[in-house]
Amino acid sequence: MSVFVHHRTESPQAAADWSARQALMTNLRAVIGRAYPRVRGMVREPSWVFFEMLLPFLATSGFVFVYRALDAPQEYVGFVVLGGAMTAFWLNVVWMMASQLWWEKSQGNLELYFAAPMHFMAVLFGMAVGGLFMSSTRAIVVLAVSTTLYGVTFAVDQWLLLLAVFVLTLAALYGLGMVLASLFLLWGREAWHLTQLLQEPVYFVSGLNFPVGRLGFIGALAIAFIPLAVGLDAMRQLAFADAAYPVGTPAPEVEIVILVAMTGVFLALARWALAVIERRARVAGSLSIRWQ
Amino acid sequence: MSSAPAQLAIEAHSVRRVYRAKPADVVALDGVDLDVAPGEFFGLLGPNGAGKTTLIKILTTLLLPSSGSARVFGFDVERDVTRIRRIMNMVAGGEQSGYGILTAREQLWMFSQFYGLGTREGWTRVDELIEAVGLAEQRLQRVSTLSTGQRQKMNMARGLLNDPWILFLDEPTLGLDVGAARAIRALILEWKAAVPDRTVLLTTHYMAEADELCDRIAIVDRGRVLAIGSPAELKRRVQRESIFRIELDRLDGGSAALARLPGVVSAAAASGEGGEERQTMVMNLVLEEDAALGGVVGALGAMGSTILALRKSEPTLEDVFVELVGRGFEEREQDDRTAVPA
Repeated sequence: MSVFVHHRTESPQAAADWSARQALMTNLRAVIGRAYPRVRGMVREPSWVFFEMLLPFLATSGFVFVYRALDAPQEYVGFVVLGGAMTAFWLNVVWMMASQLWWEKSQGNLELYFAAPMHFMAVLFGMAVGGLFMSSTRAIVVLAVSTTLYGVTFAVDQWLLLLAVFVLTLAALYGLGMVLASLFLLWGREAWHLTQLLQEPVYFVSGLNFPVGRLGFIGALAIAFIPLAVGLDAMRQLAFADAAYPVGTPAPEVEIVILVAMTGVFLALARWALAVIERRARVAGSLSIRWQ
Repeated sequence: MSSAPAQLAIEAHSVRRVYRAKPADVVALDGVDLDVAPGEFFGLLGPNGAGKTTLIKILTTLLLPSSGSARVFGFDVERDVTRIRRIMNMVAGGEQSGYGILTAREQLWMFSQFYGLGTREGWTRVDELIEAVGLAEQRLQRVSTLSTGQRQKMNMARGLLNDPWILFLDEPTLGLDVGAARAIRALILEWKAAVPDRTVLLTTHYMAEADELCDRIAIVDRGRVLAIGSPAELKRRVQRESIFRIELDRLDGGSAALARLPGVVSAAAASGEGGEERQTMVMNLVLEEDAALGGVVGALGAMGSTILALRKSEPTLEDVFVELVGRGFEEREQDDRTAVPA
């Protein structure tokens, strides 16, 4: 058989008629396919790993020294280290999820993704999985090095709950990333400005370098709407169970419920936004016309 | 009992597409009607801005028509989006898709996953196609380091990964050197020949490419289909007279002497064929019909001229375009570049 003949069906109609299993498998494979360049790229360009680890470590260290200079309780160092590790995921969400479709469009990938038979959500999941791999590496290193150097002691009573919070935080965070990716597609060329706009305020209201409870009402709002804020707060409560943690934030069990709700809402919203935006883009011609 | 008629590969009816723009909307397609049979190699030939790419975007479900309808193998481009995407693929000229950090082989594998090929099956298929498109030496080279021609070969391999029933090629040889363009054309023909009921829709503004590849061609300009037919049919539209190119050692009285001969419609000195270097005269001779040639040859002998070369000129697709539009491709594109919107 010629190399140019592969999987021929008897008619185009038969070829277009996929079983549910075939469609599901294609979507799962597409997730792996889209995650692949991120994983491969990380291995191939080790310098990325260096900059992604050293610089966040330095940023975290700065806050550690500030707290030490102020004679703050030792658990504050732990809060900062945990926040520094989680920074990796937020940066990944805003830069490599939210604004990614804009880059894909300018490269000409977007129209090829849309023209392929998988659901576009599979591409977003793939971006998330690949991003998680990259960010997890950074987070683990920052956490491990900082913990060792600054003598952070964790006091975890409920390991399973902590793991559940961590996983749910990432699910909600990347769900938000998918929503932003869809919305940024609508904004087109301004996407990266929006990314910059989001980065620092979310750092602040999420309490990456201090307990979010200190922010009062703003902190409460952040816990209600920003996965990083609620997830980090729950993780701090669970990882430093013996700390005199500032009051004003819900218990981890409550925050888990918030995270579950956020994950569901963000994923549903992303799917809806993607469908609406694809339709609008097909009307406007902005899926493939790079100058629009 | 009569069997059901075969489903057309492409049906477009009154397709109109308007882009919102300032200061005025742009009409990219203005009521296009098109039928392409399964197995056809169909070309859309026209200058830049004619609406070819817009039509391809509509047929590949990336763009919606402003009005009218279009179907691919019976599937509506508006409603049956996923089904169309399962049976087609597309390759555009100058495509820079993918990720420079991946090797050619990895990039193709990534795309194979989007079409549902199994993990191992994907690698095998990619290796086969890389071999077939002549990219074996560059298979482990990063995409960012591939030359334009190599990159386009990789793009072609990507377009064949899912063995599409219909392949959309949008200026696939754009910007390629002669050798690379020839390789791409040969590849397309080989792929098409392997399963004759495959359909290809090619857009190009290279006349020779359309002439070489296509069973039928639609000449488009300003969003309208001006003519449809096989290359031979289209050329016959402009071939009402016989045209010959004749090279003589001398010609007393010049082209006027030739133009006076019976059966000669016109005679004019040809340019660009080395007549001066060889100190000969090259003339374009338009006759009422082929039969008039004998009288011309006899008359030239009587005038003391020796015929050094004689060749019948075939009309080109550019002649067809000029006949239909009144100007050539380049003049048409130049007009568009210099036009100031009202």
